[in-house]
Amino acid sequence: MLDLTYEAPKPKVIAGAKHDWELVIGMEIHAQVSSNAKLFSGASTAFGAEPNSNVSFVDCAMPGMLPVINEFCVAQAVRTGLGLKARINLFSAFDRKNYFYPDLPQGYQISQLYHPIVGEGEVLVELAPGIARLVRIERIHLEQDAGKSIHDMDPNLSFVDFNRTGVALMEIVSRPDLRGPEEAAAYVAKLRQILRYLGTCDGNMQNGNLRADVNVSVCRPGDYERYQATQDFGHLGTRCEIKNMNSMRFIQQAIDYEARRQIAILEDGGKVVQETRLYDPDRGETRSMRSKEEAHDYRYFPDPDLLPLEIEQDWVDDIAASMPELPDAKKARFMADYGVTDYDANVLTAELDAAAFFESVAAGRDGKQAANWVINELFGRLNKQGLTIAETPVTAAQLGGILDLIASGEISGKMAKDLFEIIWTDGGDPAEVAAARGMKQVTDTGAIEVAVDEIIAANPAQVEKAKANPKLAGWFVGQVIKATGGKANPAAVNEIVAKKLGL
Amino acid sequence: MNANELTIAGARDALAKGELSAVDLTMACLAAMDAGTPLNAFVHLTPDIALEQARAADGRRGADAPALNGIPLGIKDLFCTKGVPSQAASNILKGFRPEYESTVTAKLFGAGAVMLGKLNMDEFAMGSSNETSCYGDAVNPWKVDDRKLTPGGSSGGSAAAVAADLCLGATGTDTGGSIRQPAAFTGIVGIKPTYGRVSRWGVVAFASSLDQAGPMTKTVRDAAIMLGAMSGHDPKDSTSADLAVPDFEAALTGDIRGRKIGIPREYRMDGMPAEIEALWTRGAEMLKDAGAEIVDISLPHTKYALPAYYVIAPAEASSNLARYDGVRYGHRAKLGQGDGIVDMYEKTRAEGFGKEVQRRVMIGTYVLSAGFYDAYYNRARRVRALIKRDFDLVFADGIDAILTPATPSSAFGLGEMASADPVEMYLNDVFTVTVNLAGLPGVSVPVALDAKGLPMGLQLIGRPWDEAGLLNHAHVLERAAGFVAKPQKWW
Repeated sequence: MLDLTYEAPKPKVIAGAKHDWELVIGMEIHAQVSSNAKLFSGASTAFGAEPNSNVSFVDCAMPGMLPVINEFCVAQAVRTGLGLKARINLFSAFDRKNYFYPDLPQGYQISQLYHPIVGEGEVLVELAPGIARLVRIERIHLEQDAGKSIHDMDPNLSFVDFNRTGVALMEIVSRPDLRGPEEAAAYVAKLRQILRYLGTCDGNMQNGNLRADVNVSVCRPGDYERYQATQDFGHLGTRCEIKNMNSMRFIQQAIDYEARRQIAILEDGGKVVQETRLYDPDRGETRSMRSKEEAHDYRYFPDPDLLPLEIEQDWVDDIAASMPELPDAKKARFMADYGVTDYDANVLTAELDAAAFFESVAAGRDGKQAANWVINELFGRLNKQGLTIAETPVTAAQLGGILDLIASGEISGKMAKDLFEIIWTDGGDPAEVAAARGMKQVTDTGAIEVAVDEIIAANPAQVEKAKANPKLAGWFVGQVIKATGGKANPAAVNEIVAKKLGL
Repeated sequence: MNANELTIAGARDALAKGELSAVDLTMACLAAMDAGTPLNAFVHLTPDIALEQARAADGRRGADAPALNGIPLGIKDLFCTKGVPSQAASNILKGFRPEYESTVTAKLFGAGAVMLGKLNMDEFAMGSSNETSCYGDAVNPWKVDDRKLTPGGSSGGSAAAVAADLCLGATGTDTGGSIRQPAAFTGIVGIKPTYGRVSRWGVVAFASSLDQAGPMTKTVRDAAIMLGAMSGHDPKDSTSADLAVPDFEAALTGDIRGRKIGIPREYRMDGMPAEIEALWTRGAEMLKDAGAEIVDISLPHTKYALPAYYVIAPAEASSNLARYDGVRYGHRAKLGQGDGIVDMYEKTRAEGFGKEVQRRVMIGTYVLSAGFYDAYYNRARRVRALIKRDFDLVFADGIDAILTPATPSSAFGLGEMASADPVEMYLNDVFTVTVNLAGLPGVSVPVALDAKGLPMGLQLIGRPWDEAGLLNHAHVLERAAGFVAKPQKWW
């Protein structure tokens, strides 16, 4: 894989009333595993089904029901681990996290506290060309999602929907390596991109399929470096955890608010209390959910219904062999093979299907031109219409056809844009459409010379002006192109006008 | 002799020969159950299902009839049986009728068995006397004076029903001795198979790493027949072993010559009644007379087994029983104005669970809580590993089976332990819990009556997955003991 060279970004500094402060952020991302069936039952995971229609006896914890691990979900976790360059633990085990809540039918969540399936890995989070943060991943474990309590359907009753109960989640835990709200959001975006490339999570944050718990603390400049040197958390401030964030924008707002709240407390001589907080986007503030003293005692212990999960290195190797090209490698390749800029490479590799679209347009053509057309014309047009790349009316073959017509000089760039519009609306083969509509650039110098002679003859005053000021030759070019119905090749017209005017 | 007094093997032969119909056999059992009401063994009767299954069995009679064709059985209330009340003898599951059939009962019915009804037990299988049941005490058919005796627990209803010939066999479950102790108290045979031999799917969980279902029968041969039908890999239970099920009945050769029987010195407890000790010695002599070699062995960590068990089992139970919260099924307390979800949990569980269950849930919650986890739960797990190693070492030394007493006494009177320290009751499991902790097969065989005239049993412990060999040893012991006594009918 190609290595990108980068520099670490500067940490965000917030100026308090008394001192400067820095932020330290760690994240726990809950990513719903893309799988048709739940983690320990055969029930469907389809989103948006009628309440309580995707529920097996196991999911609603009927007496005597037992969990059986879904091998595909394990493979997805392994695939994710490999995608984050992480250690895959051939031995892992499931533990019960015990607490009472109506949307948790078993009275415990099956998770992996002591022996997670994936160990240490890393994610490179690019913030600007050449500037990136390497975020260390501590672990990834598999666990069950809970159901959904509904409190607003009846004044006296609450309802529970177990469709989501038992759906597989990956909890991806980072080290406290993020140093600002923008970095945190970029980290989530990068992780989301990798997961989508891998096909292990659809990354749909609106549906809650990707949510983040954000740990925020503040420290004085220099403290973080002391922590790095010693790995002693004592150098860092007391952290608060902001739960269940499912928007990049809110993540940034919440971190910013929370950091300022902590700074205000500390500068007033107070102490930050370790606690769990919730972000209220309407009021733009975080609020205490429960303090450390009120924290649940989850009474974790190994789930006796499940044997330890032992997987074979060969099986892991098979998964590794089927890994797709990941964003960093694809970006580097696009820059090297197609000569696109860092910025364009980022845009083109943001989504897997867009990258594939670009590659089929660029294959055998000018990469930079293909990038310009894909980004400016196609993506611009798709965005305007609110369409995804999968819904594009102009196929890669059609766009490639348009670029071929430009390359052969048959149509001008201006014509190509018109042709793009026609193909967008009516479809068809670009070469045939261009021919049928007479969109053919005139490169026959004889025909152009005739047109130039006519214009010069009809505008003696303009000729004099242009001879005095050669910049005005452009006026003649415009007139010629107009006279030829836009078909004259502008390069040829330029040349002939200059010659005839004796410039 | 009434048909209900037959053994499974005897009834099988009579059915095959056409001397008896499954319907007649079932009718005989239903009549005995009716007469046996004072024993409070059956708590839900299913005569309609029984007769339908019996008629179907009669249609299948012949050479290739399945193993338990037409055999009427009782099912412990811990097993979920489709459409039939299955409430683990607890008020919290009052009215619960599962929409599914446990793997064990499905296998038994698949083998042609007839379900007579559900059997009494201790609530959630927690108890050694069947006195914690929401249905009231099951009563031992054995009796020597006016006092009613316990049939043992937790499978007390199963033991009473088999001993009193209300059914030909019954399912039991054994977490710390719940098959073997009641079998010993009622003069019948009960085997707890190797952990993983029998599926736990559809059996209400008590302590998942210890629970195993097994048969309770009148003879060792019957146990072999019934165990064969209950066993086998179940993909729905991750702890179920993917191993072939041997023909247990065919293994009953009666030949144990040259086999080594271990006598563990640590089981000779202080204050052990002389009668039990004498019985143990006599059992060893019987096996020796049959050609086995008797070897003194040591299982040094035995004394830590009971405390470890009473940490691990409640820990798992506290978590397993969390699902009984009144939200989805079973009992839900009536709530007062302004009561919230926590009130609902507290009231539901306070009303639904009996005292012993509450005690164990609290113990389990305590030993798993932050700050105590290592001192209790983790230490108990380490002890468990040492106990298992004790057994591994003696089996590696060539021991084929281990002989111990099954219980520290014969059946005691119902209510007698009511005011005792709960630990007194827990001591009933002292010879049996090691087997659960080590995941081994263990069988209780009736050997003699004590001076009062009550049955006493011995336990044989086998190598993992060697139920076949274990049952053969039990078969030899049973034959040598010639235990044929039956309780005198007083009900």
